[in-house]
Amino acid sequence: MKAIVCVKQVPDTQGKVAVKPDGTMDRAAMATITNPDDLNAVEAALQLKEETGCEVIVVTMGPPPAEGMLRELMARGADRGVLVSGREFGGSDTFATSQILAAAVNKIGVGPEDIVFCGRQAIDGDTAQVGPQIAEKLHMPQVTYVTEIQKKADGLVVKRMLEDGYMEMKVQTPCLLTCIKELNQPRYMSVPGIFECYAKPLDIFDYNALKDDPLIETDTIGLKGSPTNVYKSFAPPVKGAGMMVESVSQLVGILNDKHLI
Amino acid sequence: MAEYNAMDTAAFKGVWVFCEQREGAIQTISYQLLSEGRKLANDLGVELCGVVMGSEVNEGYVKALGGYGADRVYYIDSPLLKTYTTDGYAKVLCDLVQDKKPEIVLIGATNLGRDLGPRCAARLHTGLTADCTHLDVDVEKYKGFLRETSNIDVENTAFEENTNLKMTRPAFGGHLMATIICPRFRPQMSTVRPGVMQTQPFDEAGMNKVVIEKITPALTAEDIHVQVLDVKKSARKMVDLIGADVVVSVGRGISADPKKGIALAEELAGALGGVVGASRAVTDADWLPSDHQVGQTGKTVHPRIYVALGISGAIQHLAGMQDSETIIAVNKNASAPIFEAATYGVVGDLFKVLPDLIKEIKAIKAAQ
Amino acid sequence: MDFSLSKEQQLVQKMYREFAENEVKPLAKKVDAEEYFPAETVKKMAKLGMMGIYFPKEVGGAGGDVLSYVMAVEELSKVCGTTGVIVSAHTSLCAAPIFENGTPEQKEKYLPKLCSGEWVGAFGLTEPGAGTDAQGQQTTAVDMGDHWLLNGSKIFITNAGVADVFIIIAITGIVKDRKGRPTKEISAFIVERNFPGFSVGKPEDKMGIRGSSTCELIMEDCIVPKENLLGAKGKGFALAMKTLDGGRIGIASQALGIAEGALDETVAYVKERKQFGRSIAQFQNTQFELAEMKARVEAAKYLVYAAALKKQQAMDGAKVRYSVEAAEAKLIASRTASDVTRRCVQLFGGYGYTRDYPIERMMRDAKITEIYEGTSEVQLMVISGDMLK
Repeated sequence: MKAIVCVKQVPDTQGKVAVKPDGTMDRAAMATITNPDDLNAVEAALQLKEETGCEVIVVTMGPPPAEGMLRELMARGADRGVLVSGREFGGSDTFATSQILAAAVNKIGVGPEDIVFCGRQAIDGDTAQVGPQIAEKLHMPQVTYVTEIQKKADGLVVKRMLEDGYMEMKVQTPCLLTCIKELNQPRYMSVPGIFECYAKPLDIFDYNALKDDPLIETDTIGLKGSPTNVYKSFAPPVKGAGMMVESVSQLVGILNDKHLI
Repeated sequence: MAEYNAMDTAAFKGVWVFCEQREGAIQTISYQLLSEGRKLANDLGVELCGVVMGSEVNEGYVKALGGYGADRVYYIDSPLLKTYTTDGYAKVLCDLVQDKKPEIVLIGATNLGRDLGPRCAARLHTGLTADCTHLDVDVEKYKGFLRETSNIDVENTAFEENTNLKMTRPAFGGHLMATIICPRFRPQMSTVRPGVMQTQPFDEAGMNKVVIEKITPALTAEDIHVQVLDVKKSARKMVDLIGADVVVSVGRGISADPKKGIALAEELAGALGGVVGASRAVTDADWLPSDHQVGQTGKTVHPRIYVALGISGAIQHLAGMQDSETIIAVNKNASAPIFEAATYGVVGDLFKVLPDLIKEIKAIKAAQ
Repeated sequence: MDFSLSKEQQLVQKMYREFAENEVKPLAKKVDAEEYFPAETVKKMAKLGMMGIYFPKEVGGAGGDVLSYVMAVEELSKVCGTTGVIVSAHTSLCAAPIFENGTPEQKEKYLPKLCSGEWVGAFGLTEPGAGTDAQGQQTTAVDMGDHWLLNGSKIFITNAGVADVFIIIAITGIVKDRKGRPTKEISAFIVERNFPGFSVGKPEDKMGIRGSSTCELIMEDCIVPKENLLGAKGKGFALAMKTLDGGRIGIASQALGIAEGALDETVAYVKERKQFGRSIAQFQNTQFELAEMKARVEAAKYLVYAAALKKQQAMDGAKVRYSVEAAEAKLIASRTASDVTRRCVQLFGGYGYTRDYPIERMMRDAKITEIYEGTSEVQLMVISGDMLK
């Protein structure tokens, strides 16, 4: 049994954010982190490993330095990593990314009991699309916004969050789950884990490794092949600074005068 | 894709809105999307269709979609569609799209819409743009939008003339706005954030002339690989931030005493007739549950009054509240970015400012 | 000397920082104000392998290195000096002497439980009449044939209230020294908390590191199994001194961390605090104070890391001693901690004197680093003794 976790290294949009004069993101100038929801996905997989002894494989698509993130996840307890990396993959939108990741998962091999875990969404794009699209490509059932997972003899019982409650459902394996922060509290790397992580196996899947996979259409991947393109990008509107008031009385006076209260 | 070619763009006509229902009730996001879809359909000179899936949905509700702009409603009725499942809904929507070939499909970016949209886009072999906050097909109208909201020098920028759907959304936690197009494939799909598009007034004439097509889908229980065991409303009443007239939000500034900070915010919200929101820092720390979160990863609100207490004003928060009519900010730090967005700013410790503010507002309310 | 961190060391540092920020810092005020021993933090650290960082996996350790251990104490102490010393005393003063001097049976019995944090360790050398003058020991251990009988007391023992295993130094007889004068024969023992006749006294009410459990140990006809003699009979003084060499690196790391933590707090504060219409960071006095402190802290850090690397060489089998390096590191780091925290309180002004800010706690915590595991004066003796030998 395997738990395959798709993860992404993202710029830390909560930290210092650098926007270039042309309105695009200066990724090089920003710190990178493992996408927060993906840490919940990894934690879910590690808990499953503790329960069942399954193998935990972390997969990411990204430039070669993304290996560092995979090592950190192995230091948390993942057994091995797969880095999907190639110039041909760069600039992929969610449709293209999900094809590539689905092909990578396919190459790893999905068994009848296996589970693919993703974070709900990545903080750079906030799209929440790649998980469901991987599931579609792999013809697997999906459950998104997962807040609870119970392993049963004949599948999983999971809770998915709704805006005003939750849905409890039973799903057969293999399946794909997208995880949210309510699911669990991600563990830290451990010291022994850190001193082991660089000895754990890491495979690199490049374009040649994946191009013949039936799930890949070579003309709909990368920047050129992606169905969606950026038409224009720009900095968000900035409102002019308002009025600073000296006292609570002054504020309440203004609000009263303007019939706001 | 034998009988269906997503690249034959000319074969696709019409604007569709997926009208989400839960427990038989049409969700308000559907009306927002129909109002927006109406504009797009007018600009393109095509039909606007609503798509409702469910089981024995009240026909009055279905018909009412005409009053929000739909020319036609496809009502797909099946007991298997009573409660949302990815498999059931995706199959029915995809089959219908492949049959009728709309050029645009809009879906509300709810927890269910964000589950359905990407699954369908992948199957339909087309692009999908998530969480859009602005849509245009007409280039001139798009230029007008840019003139108002961006620093792009519109007159000296080249714009390709076409009627592709221009889908604008925040990216990088709101630090960047991107307009996305999907030129090669159809339909052009977009999920739209709840609360962003304005619902137009209900039009009775529209309701009376809407064409309802009831469809029985080719859907069997074997198509659905999950089994819904239970749907439960949260025991706690969820806060209705999107519909609120006044939102009083708390941020990291309450950290010295979160309980007291929230209690003060609740008291102020009570006095103003509003609800309590929160920045991400507060929901991440579990001081308030996540349905209170305002911002890029939370909810988008535009209340009449938004009060930001001890919120520094990270761009991801601003993305969710900057269109509020009046913004009042209280923060210890005079250089906090929240003051850039605020209509009125007070520099001070919220634990000291709030009791006075509550007292004075209560006094005025009592005198009214 | 190469201080560039390996990939693994960079990762442990990152992990310690996240852990300290999220788990340790929020408790630090309570730990100080309520003399609260953060048992839950110890449990969490144990789970992460932080209670046996530089011991090999074969004995249950994390398989790390000495610098990775030093950085743990440093990062913890940045936000809570108490938590830093819990790890330091446990590792350097209890697990280390067993690892370095224990029989295979002793190692097998004690190290896995100490390294996993199931057991917490402590070290008893100081007595009411024998502090710096460690030869003034009064605690005795008498060979009763099938066991040892220990009598006496130890004071100011870090982790005493919570520890399960103690390294106890005691007199096992009177022998003649090289010049034929009678002198005390000193040996070391591994004593478990539940051995008959062993008890722990009341905790001390301390100026700083108030959450650290510092108590008296009382041995009244305490029965210790024969096999719990640690190292050779009569070699206890050397064992204790060598143990303290390691311990001093831990305390130097604690001092370094406290100084760095105080500086972090102060840099944030001076940017916020306004006087005369501008932030006090804009005043040259503030800038020069900060710069001076930063340079001193960095100097201390070099000494501490250098001592760690020297100990690592010894761990790796090289025939080197690190007594002088450890003494230098502790002398300079502890003086730096006291000096820096005092100057940071000054930059905070009146607010720094209140318990609303952590800076006065850091000043109180810093002081002990000049006193325990050998006062600064002892370090001066060690260093000069080596110079003049």
